[in-house]
Parts: sequence; C-alpha cells; structure tokens
Amino acid sequence: MTDFISTLSQYLSYPFVWYAVVVGALIALCSSLLGVTLVLKRFSFIGDGLSHVAFGAIAIASVINLTNNIFFVLAITVICAILLLRTGQNTNIKGDASIAMISVGALAVGYLLMNIFSTSSNLSGDVCSTLFGSTSILTLTSTEVTVCAVLSIIVVAVFILFYNKIFVVTFDESFADAVGTRSRLYNLLIAVIIAFIIVLAMNLVGSLLISALVIFPALSAMRVFKSFKAVTVCSAFISVVCALLGILVSIVFATPVGSTIVAVDIFVFFVFFIVGKFKKA
Amino acid sequence: MPQLSCKKLCLGYDGREIVHNLNFSIEKGDYLCIVGENGSGKTTLMKTILGLQPPVRGKVETDSSLKKNGIGYLPQQTLVQRDFPASVWEIVLSGCQNRGGFHPFYNKADKKLAEENLAKLGLSDMKKRCYRELSGGQQQRVLLARALCAASDILLLDEPVTGLDPKVTEELYSFIENLNKNDNITIIMISHDVQAALKYADKILHIGGKTFFGTKEEYLESEISDSFTKGGTLND
Repeated sequence: MTDFISTLSQYLSYPFVWYAVVVGALIALCSSLLGVTLVLKRFSFIGDGLSHVAFGAIAIASVINLTNNIFFVLAITVICAILLLRTGQNTNIKGDASIAMISVGALAVGYLLMNIFSTSSNLSGDVCSTLFGSTSILTLTSTEVTVCAVLSIIVVAVFILFYNKIFVVTFDESFADAVGTRSRLYNLLIAVIIAFIIVLAMNLVGSLLISALVIFPALSAMRVFKSFKAVTVCSAFISVVCALLGILVSIVFATPVGSTIVAVDIFVFFVFFIVGKFKKA
Repeated sequence: MPQLSCKKLCLGYDGREIVHNLNFSIEKGDYLCIVGENGSGKTTLMKTILGLQPPVRGKVETDSSLKKNGIGYLPQQTLVQRDFPASVWEIVLSGCQNRGGFHPFYNKADKKLAEENLAKLGLSDMKKRCYRELSGGQQQRVLLARALCAASDILLLDEPVTGLDPKVTEELYSFIENLNKNDNITIIMISHDVQAALKYADKILHIGGKTFFGTKEEYLESEISDSFTKGGTLND
C-alpha cells in the first residue's frame, strides 16, 4: 500500500498526469449527465452508433491529413446524430436498423480507409488505440486540455440551463408538446450534446467503450435513487469518482486507461445493484 | 362566444381523412365525453385541438380569453414512464413550464401552484414519493395535477381510467367531477367507458361512422346510441 502511494505521488508530480486527471474528470462529468435521459428514452444505442461514426470520421481525418481533427470529427458526428434521431422518430424498428447500419458501416469504412491510405508504420496499434482509448490521455498538450475544458463547460452549462426542459421531454413528449415545449427541438439538442460528449470522450476511453461511460453511472444511480435530480447528481458523482480511480489505477499498474475506467464502472454498478435490492427488501 | 368550437373540421393523418365535417362547440364549465370505436379518430381530434397536428380542413376556434397553451393535457401513459425515477413533486412541477416566456428554472409562484394542485388531488403527503412506486390511480392523479399546473381553463383527458380497477376508476372520476363542478374547469374526455360517460358528462360527441353532438339526454334518445350503448359488450 505504501508502495502504491509513493508511486502515485511520484507520478502526480508530473504536469501531464494532472492534465490527464483534470480532462478525465471533466469528460466523465459530461458523459454522465445525459446518461439518465438516454437510458430512459431507449436511446442507449444511439451513443454506441455515434461513437463508431466518430471512429470513421477520425479515419477520414487521418487520411486527408488534418492536423487538428477534433472539429472535423465533431461536425460529422453532430450531423449523424441529427440524422439518426430523425429516422428514430418514425418507427422503432427502422430506427434500430438505421443505427446498426450507420454504426457498422462507419466502422468498416473507417478501417478500410485507414488500411488503404495508411501512412503510419503501426496501423493495428493506431486502430486499437482509437477503438479502446490510448495513452494519448497522458500526452495531452495544454491546448488540448483547454479545448476539452471549454467544450465540457459548454456541455454542463447547456445541460443546467435546459435541465427542466430535458426532464419534461424525457418523461412525456406528448405533454411537452401540448404545453408548448417543442420536443423535437429538445431531442435535437440532446443529440447534439451527445455528439459533443462522444467526441470528447474518444480521447479517454476510445470509441468502443464510450457507451459504457455514458450508461453505467446512470444505471447504477437508478438502482438506488428515486428522483430525477438525485439520480442525475449521483450518476455525475459516480462517473467522476470512477474515472479518477480508473486513471490512477491505470497509471500505477500500467493497464489501459479506458478499460480500467469501465471496469471500475462495472464494479460500482454491481455494488449499487445489491444496495438497491437491499433497499427494496 | 363558446370557449372552444370546431367548424367544418376534417381530420386525418398520412393523407387519409378519417373524420369529416365535424361541428361542435363547448362552453366554459362543460363536461364533454368523446366516444367512438377504436380508430375512429378520437386521439387525432384531441391532438388537433391541442394544436399538435394541423386539421385537413376547417378550424378550431378558441375564445380570446383562453390563453395560448391554455389547455391542460393528460396523455395516455407511455412505456417509458412506468420505470421512471422521478419524484411526484418533480413531475407536478414540470407542468409549470412555459408559463410566460423563457425561464429555465421554476420560481416561487410555480412552486405555490404545484403545492395547491397537489393538495387539490390529495397528493400532498406523497410529494417525495417515487412515481414508479405509486399505484395506477395515484399515477393518474399525479399527471392530472401536472395538467392543472399547465392550464386551469380546459382539461383534455385521453382515456384516463385505462387499466385501473373499478374502485380506483370511481375515485378518479369523482376527482375529475370535483374539478369540473367546484373549480369550473371545462373537461374534454376521451372514453371507452360509455356508462361512465353517460353518468358524468353533460355533452356527448360520438365520432366514427355517424357523428353525433348534443347533450347526454339527446344522445340517449338518438339512434346512434342504441347500437353503441345497448349493443352488448364492447369489443375493447
């Protein structure tokens, strides 16, 4: 244990570790906020589909040699988010199928492009790090940290400002429409925020694992808490704590960052699941 | 001037017209039941009154004293709501949205209104309870309180008693009757329950096949009611 602490304090003396911790906490906070809404609206798969789209976009960006690819990826992901939500509104089956189509399609085309036009000597390494997150969280420049912080603040601010609207649209779209809250508009807003979150979170956990970051904290909190506010606050708290724990553990034990965070999330979910069962009984 | 009137209203969706030339009007304090078979366009009519869907032809006119969005709505319950982690208070308060301009947070007046409506429906001591743990009847009362927060002139109820047992159904009907009689709120209710419609409503609108609009007494004497009320069991 003393070993663990001394290694940790040694690492924490490097600024790049602090960058990683700050960015990780911010991303975790953002990604958990809309989790409750996504789970309740049965939108969980949209997050998953969009993350694959983001992977495809990164592949394209690397092929055309964009240096600062975050805004390109963001634009593509936002457009796809809007498209997915539009089709999802008509019928459920169609929505499901179109999500599957876009997500697998983007994955395949992305990998294909990377293969054909690859300039890198370590292709499989690149792909693996895009899919499962990379150590790039530890090599962030201060500009990247700033961009990430600004985007996170935007996401949190928008969420707080529209919290009551998001609640009403999540709970009851027909009623929202009837009182003049345009649910289509807010669904769109939700989709755009998700796109932002996914692009942010790609750095941390990679595109395959983003959904976990969005969904697990919300599901854990829903086991135990009974009001929307409590669930939202708790899931944000869980998410940040899990991310911090995950990052620290992964630094000390040299495990992959993304999967470690998700493993901690899964563990917390089971704890909350059991607590929820006891509370009911 | 009637509070709400429909003139030569034709309704439909996907380019298919299902209700033709509907004419009716209601006064403040009326209790109107809309009856008719499944698929006859009852819910479409309701959505048109709420302005969620444009009519094919004709128009819905409201009295100038009726504010925009002055109609409270109790929709049918959705699947999402059954497992929804929200407190009664949060749901009732959410009815206070859009009471004048953009305000992202609820103010004191909103909270006071929500308290009053909770009390009106006998829910004050359930304020902190979780919605998904309530019984079906209690859930409907919560949604009714929310609708009252949104509007206090007209309430539109879409099959409010579906899935409730007879005792709870009676209870809910009497709450609705109280709102109508004591608070002078106009009630427009879609119902499959023709017996209850005849018991509580003072006007009946029958759509699908033949259209009828008039008082309950006129409805009972009309031919159209014969097949519908006395024709044995209803298929739903």
